[in-house]
Amino acid sequence: MTEKILTKDPLNLIITGVGGQGNVMISLTVGSALVREGYVVTVGETYGVSQRGGPVMSHVRISKETQYSPLILEGQADIVLGMEPVETLRMLGKYGNPNVITMFNPRPIYSVDVIGGEAEYPDLDKLIKTIKELSAKTWVVNATEEAEKMGKPIVANTILIGALVGSGFLPLDRKSMEPVLRERFPKAFELNMKAFDRGMELIGQ
Amino acid sequence: MPDIAIDAPGTSQLFMGNEAIARGALEAGIGFATAYPGTPSSEILGSLAPVAKKMGIYAEWSVNEIVATEAAAGASLAGVRAITAMKQLGVNVASDFLSILVMSGLGKGGLVLVSCDDPGAISSDNEEDARNLAKSLGMPLLEPGNFQEAKDMTKWLFDLSEEIDSICMLRSVTRIAHSRGNVKLGELPQKEHKAYFDQIHDLRDVKPTKFMPHPVPSHHAALLKKLEKARERFESSPFNWYVGPDKADLLIITCGSCWFYSRDVVKELKLEDRVGILKLGTLWPLPEKFVEKHLNKSQKILFVEEVDPFLERSVMEMAASLPPDSPRPTFYGKRSGHLNAYGEMDQDVLIKVIASMTGLTYQPRDIEYAKKAEELAKNYVPERSIAFCPGCPHRATFWSIKNTLKLDGRNGFVVGDIGCYGLALRPTGFYQSRSHYCMGSGTGVANGLGKLGQHGFNQPVLAVCGDSTFYHAVIPALINGVHNQSNFILIILDNGGTAMTGFQPHPGSELNAMGEPAKFISMEDLCRSMGAHVEICDPFDLKNTTATLLEMMAKDEGAKVVVMRRQCELIRGRKEKPPYKVHVDPDECIGEACGCDRLCTRVFHCPGLIWDKESGKSRIDEVICTGCGVCADICPQGAIVKEAA
Repeated sequence: MTEKILTKDPLNLIITGVGGQGNVMISLTVGSALVREGYVVTVGETYGVSQRGGPVMSHVRISKETQYSPLILEGQADIVLGMEPVETLRMLGKYGNPNVITMFNPRPIYSVDVIGGEAEYPDLDKLIKTIKELSAKTWVVNATEEAEKMGKPIVANTILIGALVGSGFLPLDRKSMEPVLRERFPKAFELNMKAFDRGMELIGQ
Repeated sequence: MPDIAIDAPGTSQLFMGNEAIARGALEAGIGFATAYPGTPSSEILGSLAPVAKKMGIYAEWSVNEIVATEAAAGASLAGVRAITAMKQLGVNVASDFLSILVMSGLGKGGLVLVSCDDPGAISSDNEEDARNLAKSLGMPLLEPGNFQEAKDMTKWLFDLSEEIDSICMLRSVTRIAHSRGNVKLGELPQKEHKAYFDQIHDLRDVKPTKFMPHPVPSHHAALLKKLEKARERFESSPFNWYVGPDKADLLIITCGSCWFYSRDVVKELKLEDRVGILKLGTLWPLPEKFVEKHLNKSQKILFVEEVDPFLERSVMEMAASLPPDSPRPTFYGKRSGHLNAYGEMDQDVLIKVIASMTGLTYQPRDIEYAKKAEELAKNYVPERSIAFCPGCPHRATFWSIKNTLKLDGRNGFVVGDIGCYGLALRPTGFYQSRSHYCMGSGTGVANGLGKLGQHGFNQPVLAVCGDSTFYHAVIPALINGVHNQSNFILIILDNGGTAMTGFQPHPGSELNAMGEPAKFISMEDLCRSMGAHVEICDPFDLKNTTATLLEMMAKDEGAKVVVMRRQCELIRGRKEKPPYKVHVDPDECIGEACGCDRLCTRVFHCPGLIWDKESGKSRIDEVICTGCGVCADICPQGAIVKEAA
């Protein structure tokens, strides 16, 4: 386990996916853990009608010093956590930069435009290659696949949290996440802790 | 969601702006809270209601915003501090009452109204700036610039409200209301509320008379005095501050989330020694002496605010009345065209403006990288339009509406309304909705359309509304339609809660905001009592729904009602397992060879279906599908199979 340090101030994290996937759950869980650790955290979100299957993102800004605004400037994401591959690329298109760290779930969610035939979903291999090309470091985290193995596709989100924390780029570790996950999932704590550990494993921790 | 009633003074919590406002109300010792849900305001009552019992307060999702405000005023009359919360559009609904309340004064309990505005209309049908309403109605106005202030201002406004005997307004915008940040908690008061309306002592010897606006001119004069008193308090408010050099190249005057953006941009451009920021928290009446003191900081002043040039106008108005030897800076902002008087503000826009005004060039990121990233995103990122959720009853309803209107053949159409079903303007609702205004307006507009027979109008008119909207604003429109025998069908999409904003209960619910049993008001009984013909359908029963709609459309003149009853899938899915296991039989699905031309994906558009290009057949996305089984009923080939799960 790497030492818990804030590598940059503010550290800009973007969590992205499709409305309904659980974007807010991830940002709230990670944000709460960071506040417990004494950081000043701002979480900005898209929401509202976007809950109905549109693209969603959370901007999480972490500082030791001051409360930053809820929006990240163009090109200034330090870490992008993607719950869906196309949405990951959408974020890199606006917020990426040569130093960005990306980790994402490669499981596509087809938009209604794709389902209806008005738009085309890109070839997955090409998509993954493109994401890698735009990132300084990339982890492909098969969160949905692993969650399905655990019998609950929804814990894909907790697997992603495990991967994010496991990457060592946030000033968090397993110990700082445990009480937050216990609070958030009082009935399914064991399962979520298992999913969290699986996420850490997937990223090589 | 976090517990806003946590008794941990001095600790820092990650709170949404709305939760911070709710916490501030608790720290102020409120005894009463009301609201009508509306993004981005819903979490204020949404976080108060679950802790209401523990904190000994009453919390209510009211039928609409004017009743919410009136009920909160009732608590104030009896000496209980009360808060009412709504989105910007709701303040319009409440404004009739507010325009009188500001003159008649309050009871002994302070009263605070919170408006959460939605610049950019992310989840609204306008981007109205409710600060104008505070000014035109006569309510002292504060706006928080961060999460801590959201709490602290709310608490302080109760003291001000009681001191000046007037309702006060807190205005928040999306990026404060709906973002999260650190909030340091204060003490929760241990207070017992004793509600009593003292008719003898409260009413006598009060000039002008309380609880009524008459005589209006003297009440109006009293209101102006109250506002002057508020202005005096604002002059020394800790919610206003200046950061920057004594002499600056540029002075930014800002408020709300624009404070955040201004500060971040100045930091990003390393302009701390050249650009000053005057952040205002008490917006109206403008603390003129405080502002005047800072006008000589720079020759150039830029106003940064959302949405209207509210501070810009107030400061310019004040500057115009200053003595001739006062500083005469040049004002920049929306009037000068440097910033837009529409849409949401963000740093990406602001940084360009400030860089250009200070003679800097700003490059957000490596040019080559930017070019590549933008191009790749353009090539590989398909559109992702918003849509009804998988298993949404509205998709089935609008499917039947579409087919019924086609079968009827008289160019009938739907006049829409707001709510999730507003998506019926889009492909997900088969473009069925033809108009879309404020809550209840679909039925109101149908009233007029349905009385145009004498002018040759013979198209069937279908008005749609949701269950919460029905109670909120449709009942008077329906009464009008029944009474005047206007020819339309009202379709109530009853999905069992206020779905768009997070399933808040309404008068048709069996539990109230605090989870206690409530008197359930049956919408069909209510409609029948007006004399309207009412039918009830299950939208998933496509055959019966279409037949019922056709039959209703063929009937004589007059307003009729069809209730489409089926619980929102997001609620049902939490408690129950999917009713069906759905799959596509690859032997039956003949893909492109079928005359249906991919009806299930191309037209029905459910996110739970996938058109597999390789096999040229449909399949089900099992992670997304909720097992409603409706697609099995529309497949002409019978290739989609639903089996009881």
